[in-house]
Amino acid sequence: MAAVATCGTGAGSTGSVVAAGSKNHVTSFQRRGPRASGSDSSYSRLVSIAGTRPSVRNGQLLVSTGLPALDQLLGGGLAVGTVLLIEEDKYNIYSSLLFKYFLAEGIINGHTLLVASAKEDPADILQELPAPLLDDNFKKDFDEEACNHKTAESNIKMKIAWRYQLLPKMEAGPVSSSRFGHYYDASKKMPQELIEASKWHGFFFPEKSSSTLNIEPCSLTHGYIKLLQFIQNIIYEEGFDGSNPQKKQKNILRIGIQNLGSPLWGDDICCTENGNSHSLTKFLYVLRGLLRTSLSACMITMPTHLIQNKAIISRVTNLSDTVVGLESFIGSERETNPLYKDYHGLIHIRQIPRLNNLIYDVSDVKDLAFKLKRKLFTIERLHLPPDLSDTVSRSSKQDLAEPSKLLGPGCGVMAGGKKHLDF
Amino acid sequence: RSFWKGSLASASSVSTTWTELREGLGKLTLLCDANTDGSFLVHHFLSFYLKANCKVCFVALIQSFSHYNIVGQKLGVSLTVARECGQLVFLEGLKSSVDVFFRAQAEPHPLQFLREANAENLQPLYEFVREALKPVDDGEAAWRCPVLLVDDLSVLLSLGMGAVAVLDFIHYCRATVCWERKGNIVALVHDSGDTEDEENNILLNGLSHQSHLILRAEGLATGFCRDVHGQLRILWRTPSQPTTQRDQSLTYQYKIQDKSVSFFAKGMSPAVL
Repeated sequence: MAAVATCGTGAGSTGSVVAAGSKNHVTSFQRRGPRASGSDSSYSRLVSIAGTRPSVRNGQLLVSTGLPALDQLLGGGLAVGTVLLIEEDKYNIYSSLLFKYFLAEGIINGHTLLVASAKEDPADILQELPAPLLDDNFKKDFDEEACNHKTAESNIKMKIAWRYQLLPKMEAGPVSSSRFGHYYDASKKMPQELIEASKWHGFFFPEKSSSTLNIEPCSLTHGYIKLLQFIQNIIYEEGFDGSNPQKKQKNILRIGIQNLGSPLWGDDICCTENGNSHSLTKFLYVLRGLLRTSLSACMITMPTHLIQNKAIISRVTNLSDTVVGLESFIGSERETNPLYKDYHGLIHIRQIPRLNNLIYDVSDVKDLAFKLKRKLFTIERLHLPPDLSDTVSRSSKQDLAEPSKLLGPGCGVMAGGKKHLDF
Repeated sequence: RSFWKGSLASASSVSTTWTELREGLGKLTLLCDANTDGSFLVHHFLSFYLKANCKVCFVALIQSFSHYNIVGQKLGVSLTVARECGQLVFLEGLKSSVDVFFRAQAEPHPLQFLREANAENLQPLYEFVREALKPVDDGEAAWRCPVLLVDDLSVLLSLGMGAVAVLDFIHYCRATVCWERKGNIVALVHDSGDTEDEENNILLNGLSHQSHLILRAEGLATGFCRDVHGQLRILWRTPSQPTTQRDQSLTYQYKIQDKSVSFFAKGMSPAVL
């Protein structure tokens, strides 16, 4: 992985037989081409890529997902060389919004984009990207909100429940103060000149499906093979993997793949339980191999709620680095549930990778909800309002039991629980 | 057995002892994780065997070389140096898969099954392991017993191999590495829990019956906890003899830290005491 700080060599481990510090260890992320000449200057080259920053924990190179709140939850951002899998919500409303934020962030930072879809033409997707919010307007709104919260609560001194005074004040959500990510206005479109100035490649499966394959048929479906070849081609041609000595690439390739696994890609795992169970997983494996050896980051949205065979979902999760699930309330009985009236859906951080480390940054907040509020997409901690009704009816007790089941099992990778404790 | 108890007595990080090696040669150790990430066990065994001067063949299918190298340095070994002097043979699955998939290879490649529609078996991979761990006759730095480390076997199922093919592969490896060369095998398999992954269950059950030592990392039944990351169940088995006595087993809870893992008895987490 792209290690910017010399965390590897400087770990201070006593028994280490590391060769003398003059020889920097070459990670699989550093460009292999100019190894002979520039091994010491490669670190500085990595830092200077626009739109990236090193992680505080392990020096990993991170890019923003387009949502600063999500960046915070993922430990600072999306690591270069990894896959972020978004499990789509039922009607693909919010996941496509996240997809657009990811691409918009790439345009603002000047990254190269690779947009792959079987449903919409990538050119159309790019036309619909949200516009970035100008700094001063947004900061005013955000600061106003923060002030409102503070004035209301600062005067309250607790008399009876004084133990709770010691706990941190309930903040609305993970507050991000860095300017690493940008905020977008979902109601306005990205200015045309920004889109035209950006460099992007589109893969629209219906257009490419007719051309011939030059790989012998393995168990991958046709669409996936073509997509892999396309991605590998771009990476190689534009020098993102460092193998081309002429092209000194100082940029990140952002790959966005929409609705992977849906029948539109030619895959039948959403239609039948005994479909081609290895196609998607093989695709993910080779894709991850491509990502690990190049300066790129990938976001995939996948309609996992449609996949019939649950074993595939767990395999897909194991093959992805970061997995985030979205669950929207639209159309479900939770939409009218007064407990959830402030929110549009829940967001589950199912997996965060431990890259170059035994440990990882995991947020304490396990119950997160999102809402599309005043043109902004915010993620907040889900807290249940107190049940102030005079008669505690049966239905509301059941409603309370439902969310408490959610609160039980936490982030799946850290520790999962099968049973919840009833209090 | 000794190094686990030692760590409990001192309530400190996992310590490695060389007596463990003398006690068990020709053993298959199965690492298993359910609802949590058991990769810390892989890192531990890798650094343990490298420090013990064993010749290690590491089939790393799930992460890149630099990942293991950086963690290894925190645990006190340098994979780069080990690889250069021949102690470590490293198969980097992710990088090799790209080579195999996009370019037809002249010679059989251990990950050749990625190109094939219906790969029957993992023979090229077995040949790779056998070649990597074959005894060196020129009297040079004699390493101690050979060790095969696989991270992880469940991914082979995702890549199109059947559970039987993977079990056959381990069987062949055991014949060569454990029986013929008196080495050890350590492999990680995910336990898919209640998702009905039948192939994975077949693989896990099959390997459990063949293993001498099973280390099972589980998430806590009560959910996420900041100070206790999970529970480790250790089971010693004797697969060759019918079990007239019960297999010995121990359970510890653990917390993973930056450079080590600390173990403690259930409910004895320092955060609670």
